[in-house]
Amino acid sequence: MDNFTVGIVVFPGSNCDRDVSWALEGCLDIRTKYLWHESSDLSDVDAIVLPGGFSYGDYLRCGAIARFSPLINALDEFVKSGKRVLGICNGFQILTESGFLPGALTANKNLNFICDDVELDIISSKGGWFNNGGEKQIIKLPIAHGEGRYYCDSDTLKKLVDNELIALRYKNNPNGSSFDIAGITNEKGNVLGLMPHPERACDETIGGTDGLFTLKSLILK
Amino acid sequence: MDQFAVKVFVRLRPSVLDPAGEATKSASIKLGAEGIKSLRIGKMIEVKIEGNGENEVREKIDLLCDRLFANTVIEDYEYSLEKL
Repeated sequence: MDNFTVGIVVFPGSNCDRDVSWALEGCLDIRTKYLWHESSDLSDVDAIVLPGGFSYGDYLRCGAIARFSPLINALDEFVKSGKRVLGICNGFQILTESGFLPGALTANKNLNFICDDVELDIISSKGGWFNNGGEKQIIKLPIAHGEGRYYCDSDTLKKLVDNELIALRYKNNPNGSSFDIAGITNEKGNVLGLMPHPERACDETIGGTDGLFTLKSLILK
Repeated sequence: MDQFAVKVFVRLRPSVLDPAGEATKSASIKLGAEGIKSLRIGKMIEVKIEGNGENEVREKIDLLCDRLFANTVIEDYEYSLEKL
């Protein structure tokens, strides 16, 4: 596991790439490598994080332009091979825009940019991204988004529920998301998208460590 | 090659809440406008494009709308096309 390397994708406008690197390298001793969005060579990374931010200035729709980058094109093979991909905030938006995860993320119901700590129920640990085996079924993570309202039609929602693809639900829905959804996985479980920021909850001195488990699980096979 | 001016309208699907439209409706009422039953905000995209005839251009615009201009999970689109 010594050489396990997590690739952190950098788009023009990404702004949580260094936070993710700090959390992985500094708090978990996991090696990271920045991947410029124009690269399509994923051969020397074992897992990938799509970090938060405002890729391409959120032009057209959040994540809509990023979807056409060479790196996202190369992601299809990476995901099919079973390797793990974590999309945080803007990364989640990119994963829905590019069809790796169902549904869409749109403007918060109250139109505010919400920057807050939120309590989340762990609904499923599919893919091993969350620890729901212990007593702690609720975690607290920061959110920071203007367009985090998860939306999907009723057929998709049924599929998410039936296949246990809903990873996290807000305890007090801050943004109007369908079914209080804060994070979902793909059917295989190797792709997770979530609006909360686990990388901002990796040290007690800055507000908690509830994000560590999810980042650490990037190294799961 | 023919050249066309295309106007694409992208709208949130009726089932999707439009909070920006709701806020604008509220401001419209505060301005004193009466009788507003509904107000929803969309996008209009203007494209000048050339191709061999209308059918070929429509194929290109359909692809652009479906794959890029609109996210069909939450949005519908329609467009008008004028030969220049």
